[in-house]
Amino acid sequence: MKLSKVGAAAAVAVALALTATACGGSSDKAASDGGASAGAKKDKIVIGIKFDQPGVGLKTPDGKFTGFDVDVATYVAKELGYTPDQIEFKQAVSAERENLIANGDVKLVVASYSINDKRKEKVDFAGPYFLAHQDLLVRANDTSITKAEDLNKKKLCSVTGSTSAQNVKTKLAPEADLQQYPGYSDCLTGLENKAVDALTTDNSILAGYASQDKNKGKFKLVGLSLSNENYGIGLKKGDKDLQTKVNAAIKKMEADGAWEEAIKKNFGPSGYKNEPAPAVTEGS
Amino acid sequence: MFDFLDSGQYDLLGAFWVTVQLTLYSAVGSLIWGTVLAGMRVSPVPLMRGFAAAYINVVRNIPLTVLIIGCSLGLNQTLGITLGGDTFKDIGFRLAVLGFTAYTGTFVCEALRSGINTVPVGQAEASRALGLSFVQTLTLIVLPQAFRAVVAPLANVLIALTKNTTVAAAIGVAEASLLMKEMVENEPQALFAVFGIFALGFVLLTLPTGLLLGWVAKRVAVKR
Repeated sequence: MKLSKVGAAAAVAVALALTATACGGSSDKAASDGGASAGAKKDKIVIGIKFDQPGVGLKTPDGKFTGFDVDVATYVAKELGYTPDQIEFKQAVSAERENLIANGDVKLVVASYSINDKRKEKVDFAGPYFLAHQDLLVRANDTSITKAEDLNKKKLCSVTGSTSAQNVKTKLAPEADLQQYPGYSDCLTGLENKAVDALTTDNSILAGYASQDKNKGKFKLVGLSLSNENYGIGLKKGDKDLQTKVNAAIKKMEADGAWEEAIKKNFGPSGYKNEPAPAVTEGS
Repeated sequence: MFDFLDSGQYDLLGAFWVTVQLTLYSAVGSLIWGTVLAGMRVSPVPLMRGFAAAYINVVRNIPLTVLIIGCSLGLNQTLGITLGGDTFKDIGFRLAVLGFTAYTGTFVCEALRSGINTVPVGQAEASRALGLSFVQTLTLIVLPQAFRAVVAPLANVLIALTKNTTVAAAIGVAEASLLMKEMVENEPQALFAVFGIFALGFVLLTLPTGLLLGWVAKRVAVKR
């Protein structure tokens, strides 16, 4: 009895392994076919994105990638001569972005990456392609927070070590009771259960969370502009050629309406008012 | 290379002081809790033995990160338990101590139980023959000898605990590794310098602990 069970389990395992390899084999074949038809000189481009920010850069449970950054990355890659199936997305968590670029692990980083001077010491940027502001997310029925100073008596949540968290501590509301978690989704638990009153980060990211299906109607953006975050595309320091090409791609995307369309697609449901496309300033 | 330290933006000593406090409170807590658990594990009451065995096997096999985040997200954010703290700073610290005590207590208990095994059975039998109760036998005869035998293993547990306190960063306790995350985010140009500083900090905390307790272990060991 026991032996036959083990045998059955082993058979299932073998069958699963076979189907898995079969799948892997066929998709590999498709990818290489696509590469061949698009020209053998280029194979793949690796782009760093966020995997955990709905609306901006998200890896869905079925392995697909969605979000505004993903659409921008796909468009830029197309302009550089890569078809969508030649793009390999790699997770670029905030603290690792500079090293991924410097080590050549990724060609580009499109990961809600704010342009600033310290970062420019290690990498170059193209863009900006998007202007975000630090904002607050509160429960939909909460009207007690209308400006940053209101936070001084409130419980606030943000991500460990993030620029937004530091901004609150040093400038906006030093007396706010700040809880820091590794990810924004941890904050949402507390926000929903009234353990925290507000969640702060870039409005683009907040809008993504607010418009997720499971969160619809629960939260709203306060609509403050607490800082200016110009998102750029990170690339290897000194690669002027690539920088010029990516800048041209961003300009083209903004000119031909694809930018506007990507905004509508990714941020539309939350009622989030985005800023118009910023002028490309890097590398000029 | 280390010029970012002069900006006054980072309270390095303050962050390590929180690490030390976390370690000390959790060490005291887990020593007490671990001793109680060890007492239960060798007690003559089957229910207590069963509880202690089950607790240890469950808790020590849960990843510490899961335990600590569970304390914060489950107890605080969902159930609203604050352990008497008003601000997230206090609540986070207390929840972290609770989590570390629950976790490290299991290792203290198992170390102590191995110490109890070094005490010859005759000692317990003799004390029972003298009319001492189980609690008296344990606290007067067995545990004092057991503790002296396991100073070195307990030192290992303490060193592991010191390093484990970095997990508290996951629930926003402002200890060393949280500051490290902040510095990595702000100073990407000095990544290795930042890592080096924090690695050195932890070596400075744990190395003397090991040396001191190693010396104590030699001094107090029961020669058999």
